[in-house]
Amino acid sequence: MAHDGRTTEGLRTRGLTKSFGGPPVVRDVDIDLRPAEVHAIVGENGAGKSTLLKLLAGVHQPDAGEVIVDGNAVAVTSPTVARSLGISLIFQEPTLFPDLTVAENIFMGRHPVTARLPMVRWRTMLSRAAALMESIGARIDPARPVGELSVAEQQLVEIATALSHRARFVLMDEPTASLTPREVDRLFAIIRDLKARGASVVFVNHRLEEVFAIADRITVMRDGAKVGTWAAGELSRDEVVKRMVGRELGRSPERPHVQPGEVALEVEDLTAPGRFRGVSLSVRRGEIVAMAGLVGAGRTEVARALFGIDSFERGTVKLNGQAVRFRSPREALRAGLAYLPEDRQHQGLIQALTVAQNMTLTILGELSRGGWLDRRREQELARRQVERLQVKTPSVNSAVQNLSGGNQQKVLVGKFLIARPKVLILDEPTRGVDVGAKAEIHRLIVDLAAQGMAVLVISSDLPEVLALADRVIVMRAGQVAGELSRDEATEESIMRLAVGTGPTAGGRKAL
Amino acid sequence: MSRERLRELAVQSGPELLLVALFAASLAFSAWLSPYFLRVTTLFDMTSQFMELGLMALAMTLVIIMGQIDLSVASILALVGVVFGLLSENGVSLALAIPAALALAAVLGMINGWLAVAFRLPALVVTLGTMALYRGIGQILLGDRSAYGFPAWFVSIDFRYIPGTPVPLPLVIFAAFAVGFFLLLHRTTFGRLVYAVGNNAEACRFSGIAVDRLQVAVFTLSGLMSGMAGLMMTSRFASARWDMASGLELDVITTVVLGGTSIFGGRGTITGTVLALFVIGTLRYGMGLANVLPQNQSVVIGLLLILAILGPETGRAWQARRRRAAVRKGGELQASKAEVSAR
Ligand SMILES: Nc1ncnc2c1ncn2[C@@H]1O[C@H](COP(=O)(O)OP(=O)(O)OP(=O)(O)O)[C@@H](O)[C@H]1O
Ligand SMILES: [Mg+2]
Repeated sequence: MAHDGRTTEGLRTRGLTKSFGGPPVVRDVDIDLRPAEVHAIVGENGAGKSTLLKLLAGVHQPDAGEVIVDGNAVAVTSPTVARSLGISLIFQEPTLFPDLTVAENIFMGRHPVTARLPMVRWRTMLSRAAALMESIGARIDPARPVGELSVAEQQLVEIATALSHRARFVLMDEPTASLTPREVDRLFAIIRDLKARGASVVFVNHRLEEVFAIADRITVMRDGAKVGTWAAGELSRDEVVKRMVGRELGRSPERPHVQPGEVALEVEDLTAPGRFRGVSLSVRRGEIVAMAGLVGAGRTEVARALFGIDSFERGTVKLNGQAVRFRSPREALRAGLAYLPEDRQHQGLIQALTVAQNMTLTILGELSRGGWLDRRREQELARRQVERLQVKTPSVNSAVQNLSGGNQQKVLVGKFLIARPKVLILDEPTRGVDVGAKAEIHRLIVDLAAQGMAVLVISSDLPEVLALADRVIVMRAGQVAGELSRDEATEESIMRLAVGTGPTAGGRKAL
Repeated sequence: MSRERLRELAVQSGPELLLVALFAASLAFSAWLSPYFLRVTTLFDMTSQFMELGLMALAMTLVIIMGQIDLSVASILALVGVVFGLLSENGVSLALAIPAALALAAVLGMINGWLAVAFRLPALVVTLGTMALYRGIGQILLGDRSAYGFPAWFVSIDFRYIPGTPVPLPLVIFAAFAVGFFLLLHRTTFGRLVYAVGNNAEACRFSGIAVDRLQVAVFTLSGLMSGMAGLMMTSRFASARWDMASGLELDVITTVVLGGTSIFGGRGTITGTVLALFVIGTLRYGMGLANVLPQNQSVVIGLLLILAILGPETGRAWQARRRRAAVRKGGELQASKAEVSAR
C-alpha cells in the first residue's frame, strides 16, 4: 500500500490509556488514521470505542499516552483544540440544544455575522444550513427546533454539523444506529466523498454488513484494548465477531413457528393530520409484528399516539377487544400496553439514577410495602435483569450515565421487560447494541411472544426485522404502504414499499 | 474494605462533612463574638429561633429536588397565623382552630401546585404571585394590628422543655419531622419519585408516573409545613401579624441549597438540609448576640452560600487531577490487578 509506517501524515496514538476511577476502559491503544481512508472500529458494548474517540476529540483527557498529528505530539486538551487540529466528532448520543433551531445548532459558536455589528445574519445561516442538509439528502427544515426532531433526524443534523467543520479527521460514533438503508446510502456517499477529499473517517458501528460495505481497514477492540487492525478484505464477518467477543458466536435463533392467539391490539383508520393518516394494523397474542419504513415515515408518531403521549384526530384503538383511548402513558401502562421509546437519553432513562432505580421505575407500586420501598427486592429484580441482558456495569447501583451506549440500551429494555405488559411496542430496541447482546435481546423478545405477549417492533434495522417478524407493516409518508407476510418479506420487498418505487397497493397519495 | 472504602465514603459524604466543619466553625465564631454563647442552656434555647425555618426547609428540600421552587412559604406562614389569630379572637376553640389552620395551609399549598400543573406554568412564577397574594389577604383580614389573646397553654412554646432537660419543645417537634422527612425522602417510593421527577420528568411520564399528581402533593406538603411553622411562630410571639416572617422564604431556600440540594433538581438530602439549618441558625444567633447589623449578617450568609457551592466543585476537580496523577505513577498496574482479583 502507498501508506505505511514511513508516512507521518495523518493521526496516530501511542499507548493511549484512560480510566474513570476503576480499571482502565481504554488501555495502551495504538491506532493510526491515514489520509483518505475509512477506518472502522468495532467491539462489544463497553469495549471503549466511544471513550477512545472522545480522547481524540478532547472531550476526555488521557491518563497516559499521546496523540500524534502529522508527526507532532499534540495535547488535545479541549474540543476547541481538537477542532483546530481538524478533528471533529459525531457523538453517539446527539448533543444538540433542543430549543434552538437546526441552523443555530449547526453553526453554534460561529454564526455568520454582519460585517460591522455583531448581528447574526439569519438569512445566510438558514440558507447555508439548508444547503448542508440538502447535501446529505435530509429533508429537514433548518428553522425547526431540534427538540421536535426524531433521534434519526437529530443524528443527521449532527452529521451536517461535523461536515460543516470541513475536518480532516471525521470521527463518527454509530452514525447509522437509527438510520434506514436509504439514509445509510446517502451517508456512505458522503463518506466516500470525504475520503476522496483526503479526509480520514473513523466509523464505529455494530452493524457489520455496513462496516464491510464501507471500511478500508477494521480495528477490533476488546475490554479497552486493541485486538488488532486488519484490511477489510482480510477478514470475514465471522472472524471479526470472533475477535470481538473472543469466542465463536451462534447466529440469531431461527424463529420457531407459533400459532398466534386472538387479536390483542387492533388499530383502525388512525389519523392525525400532518403526522399519519388512515393507519390500520393488528397484532395478535404471541405474534411479533414489525413496522418498517424510512426515517420520518411516521412509525414513532403512531406508537406515541397509541401510548397516549400525543393525541389523534380519529380512528379506533382496541386493546383485547375493548375500545380504548389513552390520555397518558400511565393509563396505557395500567391497561397493559407498554412503549419502549427510541430516545433513551430523554424519554427512556434517568441518567443520574442508578441501573436498579431505572429498571424498577415502572413497577414502583409493586415494590411498595405500605409506601416503604422494598430495596432488597429492587436490588434482586435489577440484578436478575442485569444478568439476563448481560449489562456491563460495575454494579446495579452505578449511575446509568456512566454506562456505554449499548449497555444503557440494555437497561432500557430490562426496564420494560420488568413491567410485563400484555402488548409491548418496541421502538428501535437494539439501537447501538452489539451482536452478542442483540441476539440475546432477540431471544428475549421471541420468548415473550411465545409466552403470549403481543409485540410490535419498530426497527430501521432490516436484518432485525427479518429475524423477528411474523408480519411486516411498511409505512411511507404517514401511511401504511403495504403489509408483507414472513415469506414475502425480504430486504428488497420492504425497501420497495418504503421508498415507493414499483407498483404498490394504494398509499401513493401524498399526505 | 479498608482505605479504599473509607475514601469512597469520604467522597460520598463530602458535602455533609463540609457542613459539619462549617457548623463547628460557626459555633466557634459565635462563641468568640459573644461570651454568653457557649452555655448549654443558651445553645439549646438558641435553636427555638430557627425551628420554623427548619420545618419549612424540610419540605422545601423535596420541592427543590423535584426541580421546583416555592416562594410562598413565608406568606403561607403569615396568612395561616393571621387566620388562626382571628379564629381564636372570635372565640373558636383551639381544638378546632388548629386543625382548621393546618387544613388552610395545605389548601394554600395545593393551590400552588394545582395552578402550576393546570396552566403548565413554572412554579417560580406561580408562587411569586401567591407570595404577594397570600400575604396581601392576611393584611386585608387583620389590618395593621396584631391578633393576640391566645390561651396560656398555647403560647410560649419555646419556654417549654422536656421535663428535667434543657431541650425545648420546638426542637423536639423539628427533630420528629426531620426523621419523618428523612424516611419519606430516602425510604419510600414517594421519595424515589421525587428524585426521579426532579432528574427527568419526561422519562417519568413515559414510565407511567403521575408527575402532575406528585407535584401537587409535594406543594401541598410544603404548604402544610409552612402552616406548622405559622402556628409555632404565633405561639412563640403570642401574637400574629400579617407581616410576620417576611423575607423568610429566602432563608429557607438558602438553607436547602447550602445543604447541598441542587437548585436544578434531582439531587439533595435531608441530612444536608438539617446540617445547613444549624450552620445558618447558629451564625445568625451568634451575630445577633454580638449586635452584628442585619445587613452584615446577610453578607456573611451570602459568602457562606457561595463557599458551600464552590467547595464540592473544586473538591471534585482536585480529586480528578489526583486520580490522573496516580494512574500515571503506575497506579494503572494496581488498578488492573484489582480488576483481575475482582473477577
Ligand atoms: N464517564 C464515565 N464514568 C465512568 N465510567 C465510564 C464513563 N464513560 C464510560 N465509562 C465506562 O467505560 C467503558 C467503555 O465505555 P464506552 O462508552 O467507551 O464503550 P463503547 O465501546 O462505546 O460501547 P457501546 O458499543 O455500548 O457504545 C464502559 O464500561 C463504561 O461503563
Ligand atoms: Mg459507544
